[in-house]
Amino acid sequence: MSDASTQPKPSTLPIEEIESAVIRFAGDSGDGIQLTGMQFTTTTAFAGNDLSTFPDFPAEIRAPVGTTAGVSGFQIQFSSRQVLTPGDAPDVFVAMNPAAMKANIKDVKKGGMVIVNKDTFTAANLKKAGYEEGKNPLEDGSLSDFRVITVELGRLTRNALEGMGLSATETERCKNFFALGMMYWLYDRPMEATLKWIEAKFKKNPKFVEANHKALHAGNAYAETAEIFGHHFRVRKAPIKPGVYRNITGNEATALGFVAASSVSGLPLWLGSYPITPASDVLHELSKHKAFGVKTFQAEDEIAAIGSAIGAAFAGHLALTTTSGPGVALKTEAIGLAVMTELPVVILNVQRGGPSTGLPTKTEQADLFQALYGRNGESPVPVLAAATPGDCFLMAYEACRLAVKYMTPVFLLTDGYLANGSEPWMIPDAAALTKFGREALPALADFKLYKRDPETMARPWPIPGTAGYEHRLGGIEKQDITGNISYDPDNHERMVRLRAAKVNKIAQDIPPTEILGEKKGKVLLVGWGGTYGAITAAVQNLQKAGKSVSSVHLRHINPLPPDLGDIMAGFEHVIVPELNMGQLLKVLRAKYLVPATGLNKIKGQPFKVSEIEAGVDAILPKLKKTEGGK
Amino acid sequence: MAAESDNEMEMLPAAGPIVQTAKDFKSDQMVRWCPGCGDFAILATVQKVLPTLNIPREKIVFISGIGCSSRFPYYMNTFGFHTIHGRAPTIATGLKGSNPDLQVWVVTGDGDGLSIGGNHLIHALRRNVDIKILLFNNRIYGLTKGQYSPTSELGKKTKSSPMGSVDAPINPIALALASEESFVARAVDTDLPFLGEVLTRAAKHKGSAFIEIFQNCIVFNDGAWESVAAKDAREEKMMKVAHGKPMIFGAKKDKGIVLNGLEPEVVSFDPANPPKNLLVHDEKAPSATLANFLAHMAEPVPQGVFRDVQRPALHELMDGQIAQAKKEKPADLQKLLKGPETWTVAA
Repeated sequence: MSDASTQPKPSTLPIEEIESAVIRFAGDSGDGIQLTGMQFTTTTAFAGNDLSTFPDFPAEIRAPVGTTAGVSGFQIQFSSRQVLTPGDAPDVFVAMNPAAMKANIKDVKKGGMVIVNKDTFTAANLKKAGYEEGKNPLEDGSLSDFRVITVELGRLTRNALEGMGLSATETERCKNFFALGMMYWLYDRPMEATLKWIEAKFKKNPKFVEANHKALHAGNAYAETAEIFGHHFRVRKAPIKPGVYRNITGNEATALGFVAASSVSGLPLWLGSYPITPASDVLHELSKHKAFGVKTFQAEDEIAAIGSAIGAAFAGHLALTTTSGPGVALKTEAIGLAVMTELPVVILNVQRGGPSTGLPTKTEQADLFQALYGRNGESPVPVLAAATPGDCFLMAYEACRLAVKYMTPVFLLTDGYLANGSEPWMIPDAAALTKFGREALPALADFKLYKRDPETMARPWPIPGTAGYEHRLGGIEKQDITGNISYDPDNHERMVRLRAAKVNKIAQDIPPTEILGEKKGKVLLVGWGGTYGAITAAVQNLQKAGKSVSSVHLRHINPLPPDLGDIMAGFEHVIVPELNMGQLLKVLRAKYLVPATGLNKIKGQPFKVSEIEAGVDAILPKLKKTEGGK
Repeated sequence: MAAESDNEMEMLPAAGPIVQTAKDFKSDQMVRWCPGCGDFAILATVQKVLPTLNIPREKIVFISGIGCSSRFPYYMNTFGFHTIHGRAPTIATGLKGSNPDLQVWVVTGDGDGLSIGGNHLIHALRRNVDIKILLFNNRIYGLTKGQYSPTSELGKKTKSSPMGSVDAPINPIALALASEESFVARAVDTDLPFLGEVLTRAAKHKGSAFIEIFQNCIVFNDGAWESVAAKDAREEKMMKVAHGKPMIFGAKKDKGIVLNGLEPEVVSFDPANPPKNLLVHDEKAPSATLANFLAHMAEPVPQGVFRDVQRPALHELMDGQIAQAKKEKPADLQKLLKGPETWTVAA
């Protein structure tokens, strides 16, 4: 617990009420930027704001210090109203070094505030960051669009911690807390949550607890007494649905969804996985939950990971494999085996920029075709996609439920943006989750391995150890009903059609599609996956401006919701915003013959709300004038 | 051999001995190997050994990859899974790891197990996954109609190597030993009683067991092992090793192995008066040095159990951690969903 005497005195400076703010912290990947961002997030959540975060970090663990390649960033939007995205342009940007300035300044809102760690703007560091010889953005007028506040973070932190007997490196490591203390003052935030976190984190080393506490308090006091900001801001509580909340990232939510599915279904969970960015955190999280009977197997490669999951599914477990695009590429033959043997396996693809190694730490939605079609033969696999970090929980649960109910592998697509981004999440009631489990076996006299359930077309799932139900599975084509090997031409066509029909049956489990806005109008945006926040915010803004724009967001992509065709028919034009070259677009055009157009971005970055608004605004005037439209 | 007896006790169902015969393990599917294929003899031997293990049929699973040998599960009336090329050890790992109550066999070949699936093989062995791996080694790709395999001799002429293979062969036993495999053995398809003995020991071994079986491909590599494994050559060209016994071979038991520097040397002697310095086999040696020495012996070719040591199996370690976790912090789903830090938004 922090000492009451160290609490800052109530500020005497004026407070300005604002609705929303977007802040970005950026510095070297070793500067503790992600940690600083997460602390600010926790405090903001406790203050009752709605929020959304976006960590953006390099693929290199420690890229050369001071270079733009090594810049790590963390952005948060918080508000007294609903927040759907981490925000387009930062109102406040904290630059810990010249490289962070160089890499980020173009994103900052004109007129925004730039807080600079001045100590680091030396000739050597400026050169490393790629500024021309003799150029310093703090002196050459290039920052005239912004309100620049320079702070000697290093020197001030050293002063604050003087006499504590810390090494220069140890002192240097505290400067992010000095900056965080300033930001807490700027947004009139209590520091208790962070003080407590520091105590817990460094409980084995009281010296570091004291040093980081001191740095946080010193930053806070400096902002007040030096009057560098003039006034501070207040963002009031958001009208959030009453309940108990926590902050959650997409990867955490995904892992919890899997544990919940195992717990409710009574099917023990087996995860076969191979470390890969940005999916590894799901493996890390699940490996913590052995008390739930969760078995995590870090395989020798991606193929072994899914192979083990198929083996576990054969044994009657809830089987998973978690990976990203390049890993899925390696697993494709095994996914085909799961299709052929009709075993339930959930394949999580946390998408990243591709092709090949691509952009490991950046986000993209370019693996949709891979999920839909990336196998040999006619090989249908259901595909689900989560819309927000919190939604990853429900979709992970749903992927497991559908896999077991329909006896099929299921793809769950998330992406780097959802995986690492976070949002407040209302904690679900475990008892209210839809029940599911392994269906009872048919009586032995009536048992045939591929005799399907009339409602779901699922085959029975007898597991090894069950006397009388001994059988042989395999990748060779099966005879209908018996499951014996068959090379008969008519049987093959029948089985191909049966497998497709079974996956299509899942449409009966898809809830009616929610439409944001009017059911008929000029433009309908059809999105999927992690673009939900940006599309929804853009559509809300366009609707406020009186434009005839609605949106739907797909969480089921194979099969598609049965009502989608009728919904699209109510609009003059369909726009499909995607972080790829137009993959869902092609699917919709092929299936519904709609003249839809794409709104595409392939930069490894999520959509900005303004980009979607601009895309729609560019199309609207081109549409022919119709009655009722604006 | 106390450890093996313990293992047998574990496998015993409460109801007492189970009456099963070889016939119970034959499936209704027609066996479709080429007439005269070595696989028939191996299948018959496995079907003969299984009823002696006192494990109910439904608890036995055969997993295979792709290749001629990989059709094996279809012919066994147990649970079975004919998977994809090279990946059988991965499926077997998930199966045994999730249900340790099963006895899991993997049937693979020199192409499936050592080429496309080489990586999975070494990892299943180093993890000591409690599966029994039968590697049918016929030194050829049979199912794709006759290309050289990872165990084909250098210079071997095949459809894909008309001027001779330029790839040096791999030594399956040495590979298994390098993977710290806890049970390594070799047998041949022409000596079925001995194969049966080795299979029985593998089945009873606690941990993974690797058995290389010299097998003839009558169509694409006939006589693959004839020079050493033919009935009239076997006694002189191969040597059966046994734990604690001197290394002796020959129809008249008149030859043996002594150490010459670090190399084996064959010595001849009067069987009534064998030399004192004959090497004695020790399959339980903590280090794999002696087993490696045998693995690289070209003449005579050793068969039998090279190594049989005990170490924890993967499923034991996994289950141990789960039991410990459950004891330390019982599972509570609602508490897990809640996480460490929450806040309440009031109505």
